[in-house]
Amino acid sequence: MTAQSKIGTAFDPAAAREDFAILSRTVYGKPLVYFDNGASAQKPRQVLDAMREFATTEYANVHRGVHFLSAAATERYEAARETVRKFLNAASAEEVVFTKGGTEAINLVAHSFAATRIQPGDEIVLSVMEHHSNIVPWHFLRERYGAVLRWVDVRDDGSLDADALDAAIGDRTRLVAITHISNVLGTVTPLKEIVARAHAKGVPMLADGCQGAVHEIVDVRDLDVDFYVLTGHKLYGPTGIGALYAKKAHLKGMRPFNGGGEMIREVTRDLVTYADPPARFEAGTPPIIESVGLAAALDYLSGFDREAVKAHEHDLLAYAREGVRQFNWLRVIGDAPGKASILSFEAEGMHAHDLATILDREGVAVRAGHHCAQPLMERFAVASTTRASFALYNTRAEVDAMLGALAKARKILG
Amino acid sequence: MDDSLRDLYQEVILDHSRHPRHFGKLEHATNTAQGYNPLCGDRVTIYLTVDKDDRIADVRFEGKGCAISQASASLMTDLIVGKTVSEAERLMAGFLSLVKGETVEGLSAGDRETLDVMAGVSAFPMRVKCATLAWHTMKSALEGGEAAKSE
Repeated sequence: MTAQSKIGTAFDPAAAREDFAILSRTVYGKPLVYFDNGASAQKPRQVLDAMREFATTEYANVHRGVHFLSAAATERYEAARETVRKFLNAASAEEVVFTKGGTEAINLVAHSFAATRIQPGDEIVLSVMEHHSNIVPWHFLRERYGAVLRWVDVRDDGSLDADALDAAIGDRTRLVAITHISNVLGTVTPLKEIVARAHAKGVPMLADGCQGAVHEIVDVRDLDVDFYVLTGHKLYGPTGIGALYAKKAHLKGMRPFNGGGEMIREVTRDLVTYADPPARFEAGTPPIIESVGLAAALDYLSGFDREAVKAHEHDLLAYAREGVRQFNWLRVIGDAPGKASILSFEAEGMHAHDLATILDREGVAVRAGHHCAQPLMERFAVASTTRASFALYNTRAEVDAMLGALAKARKILG
Repeated sequence: MDDSLRDLYQEVILDHSRHPRHFGKLEHATNTAQGYNPLCGDRVTIYLTVDKDDRIADVRFEGKGCAISQASASLMTDLIVGKTVSEAERLMAGFLSLVKGETVEGLSAGDRETLDVMAGVSAFPMRVKCATLAWHTMKSALEGGEAAKSE
């Protein structure tokens, strides 16, 4: 990474916290400790201000009117696309399609790209640690077109076995769809290697970057990935917007997803022709204000030394990982080398929901459940886990609060 | 400790969750149903023997879940044995009102007293479904055994 010389540069989480007003609130009289960032991150004032400023000064529908505001709004919307391009280091902004989130982006690829290539018996290769959003669209292809889902296991530490993946890719594989970072285990997959192995067999690769784009520095050209999916709200941006990066060569040949306004060239009573990408895939009025918010969020994140942010998040993870060792009744699930700042665990004799309820009353917000990753729960033979996921604004003191709350939970339930 | 937490996880609840009554499978059950909470993945199976007088002669439950769902299932089995189907339905209606914090009607004083340990759930809206899963499953078992969801 080019930022090597910057490692060690101070990233000041205390200063960053000032940007997130919600972090200073209390819940049940206790200071909020927000560790549910894997589900959705909080929004800095820079994002909220940008959306408000845009909505109060330049808002109108995009790509339609000839009037002043429509032109201004279109400019902001397209500028947001350019910001996403830069964030992912894509070759062209035309390779960035706005969606309503990560889920829609994957469904778009399933419908517009993969479905047209599937004959009964053709295969999609997935890992067992995928989020349901990177599973169910492929089940649709199984149900509707006879696709076969091939599952790649993870090792006991949660790491992905690239050799097993290689073995799963065969003559009938039409797509490899793997997450960049597991939302449960925190495992960072060797994306570049996965892409290379898929490409060696002529198979395109989709990466679910809903977590990956938050914690890793993504360069889609370096990865050579065919599709990369991100969502705004986990990136400190608004809900209702995400993005699909797709190589131009793919996008050009893909059929439309939703039909409606904005995505057409011409509509007559007898036929319809479609706009070029990315407009072809953006039917209807897009999330305009949200696009401005997403751009502000990416600018916000990019304004930090991201290697320093990552080092801070890794420090929180290591600190929490070490802290929970004192609890011999707690089992961490996912210890892959180099994993991102997501800590999932199971507590002996304590159900995740009971644990999360008690932590909540101590002000500590964690996620409990199957995390929309049921095949992974099955793999580790658990019904559910408790998950703490750390963001750039979290601190060691907050981890201490969680450890204290865990000890308390044990006292109540143990 | 937070009072509402103390209400929620009182000793009776924890005892029922650690040592559930009527736990296991019932051979020759006349009615069974499976319940599933899609939010947390918890499952419960209810087995009933309903005799020719429409009386619940025996009951068992199996499943894995949080302390609230296990205790609720255990308490329920304690209370419905010996009841007629319509009495069991009244019990369920009363229980649902109780955990939602609504006015409770139609419960006998004894049942009301037994179920009162579950009243603390009403302060935790996100946990009401945990408490009601077994009850919805019992209802669907009585109605003929469609899979129940905790809604």
